Amino acid sequence: MPQALEWPQQGNSRVPYRVFADPDIYRAELDRIFLGANWQYLVLADELPEPGDYKTTFLGETPVIVTRGEDGEIHAMVNRCAHRGNLVCLKSQGHTKDGLTCVYHAWRYDLAGNLTSVAFRRGVAGKGGMAESFRLEEHGLRKLRVDQFGGLVFGTLSPDAPALSDYIGNLIGSRIGRVIRGKPKILGTTSQILHNNWKLYIENTKDTYHASLLHTFFTTFRISRLTNTGGVAIAESGAHHASYTYGGKTDDKAASDRLYSEIHSLHEDYRLQDPRFLDSVDEIGDGVTLQILSVFPNFVLQQIHNSIALRLVLPKGPDETELQWIFIGFEDDDEAMTERRLQQANLVGPAGYVSMEDGAVGGFIQRAIKGGDAEGACSVIEMGGVEHASQETRATEASVRGFWQAYRQTMGL
Amino acid sequence: MDLAEIGRRLELQDLYTDYVACLDTDALERWPEFFIEDCVYRITSAENHEAGLPLGLIYATSKNMLKDRVSALREANIYEPQCYRHLVSGLRTEPDGLDASDVTASFLVVRTMQDGAMILFAAGRYLDRVVRTASGWKFARKIVVLDSRRIDTLLAIPL
Repeated sequence: MPQALEWPQQGNSRVPYRVFADPDIYRAELDRIFLGANWQYLVLADELPEPGDYKTTFLGETPVIVTRGEDGEIHAMVNRCAHRGNLVCLKSQGHTKDGLTCVYHAWRYDLAGNLTSVAFRRGVAGKGGMAESFRLEEHGLRKLRVDQFGGLVFGTLSPDAPALSDYIGNLIGSRIGRVIRGKPKILGTTSQILHNNWKLYIENTKDTYHASLLHTFFTTFRISRLTNTGGVAIAESGAHHASYTYGGKTDDKAASDRLYSEIHSLHEDYRLQDPRFLDSVDEIGDGVTLQILSVFPNFVLQQIHNSIALRLVLPKGPDETELQWIFIGFEDDDEAMTERRLQQANLVGPAGYVSMEDGAVGGFIQRAIKGGDAEGACSVIEMGGVEHASQETRATEASVRGFWQAYRQTMGL
Repeated sequence: MDLAEIGRRLELQDLYTDYVACLDTDALERWPEFFIEDCVYRITSAENHEAGLPLGLIYATSKNMLKDRVSALREANIYEPQCYRHLVSGLRTEPDGLDASDVTASFLVVRTMQDGAMILFAAGRYLDRVVRTASGWKFARKIVVLDSRRIDTLLAIPL
């Protein structure tokens, strides 16, 4: 008999493992988080340059079509025919000259999702057809609210979500702005199927504590250590975060080596034979070499040196997640900058020197919390205290607690 | 077909047989030796490839970068014990003189994890250029085009 979930009294520093496995909780998340008053990343505005261009994506598990309308605006609607529920758009992207037509019974919609015609609406030879009372305008595709932030298009089905810029806020908005400074140009995409609950990946992106411990590539080559100067900026609600590292401001190297040698052995003789792929430039000019930013619930923006990528975390069931990567550069990049971005993309993605472990660690947790004994057990999230305020250190789990603050608020837990 | 051409086809057949045997037997330290010094090795998806997008899941522009991949897999990266079984077929060669050839081939890779779980991990094409060197045929370019955009969990061992 399933019990109602009662959150531990310690608050955000304890997370019951049940939230990563319980199908009832998962269903409630689809409803309250993904269909609720939260803006979710859909596409880059520049991916749909011409009226008639479209792309499909998801709001949680709900299939969505995003279009550039005849009016030049971006529209988004649920990809489900108002008639019998068939997928209206079958291709992941494309261009249409005459709106959207459902293949099942040829119901037609314009690019904003309005129903424009119903096949055999008046029947055949005076027989059959729709009732006189049937109104096209009452049977369009379900429309999303759409808004943009620096060329990133977000959508929500909820009328209650605040304006997107208020939702993101200045603290995090300015940190999106420092990365997305030009007209984005897609360099390529990839995706990973993770055998874990979506929240385990979100925790991972918010967790600055693990970065130099799990990812020994970083540490070994002194690319980033917790002893680098940096910190984490957290929205007041806890929902969004940005962690950042200053590359040039490394603390005392010998002291750093001592600290890390207590954790795992350092490979003093381990040197890259061709380190060109790490050649980077401070293109933004503020000395921040690494920034990982998240917008609740499932969007991540990464700047690792000159590698810039958007990550979209799509739930596919209580224990399966699709992690989509969109690597970008900018229209005014020269050839050398594009080459740098491609070389540094070796650090991330499914085969990334520093991110391949992230693809696996969530699955390890998912396996470890199986078995009834984990039902009542909780994780312990106390690095850097129990609050979720911004901190000028990365040896903290404050932004993970921030996520749980926003999650509990949204879920009523 | 003249005898020289038959001989060359058998040599290239051997190259691919040796190449996948190297990957499938965890002899990764030998893997860079299949390439010339200033080689290009890239893993991409059909989707990116057809759209002309340059991203690589692995993007290497020298043999030394391949050696760095191997040492990172051995010394730094953390992943569960796993092995591949490559099946390569449909080798097509387009000779460019006597000592170079473009080669395309199809591959399937089954991945087996330590607990015995097996999946069809990857399918795709090799779009290669091979050159004859003093120590035999080597890859000057190897573009691995995956049919699917999705990778299960992670891609550690090269393809």
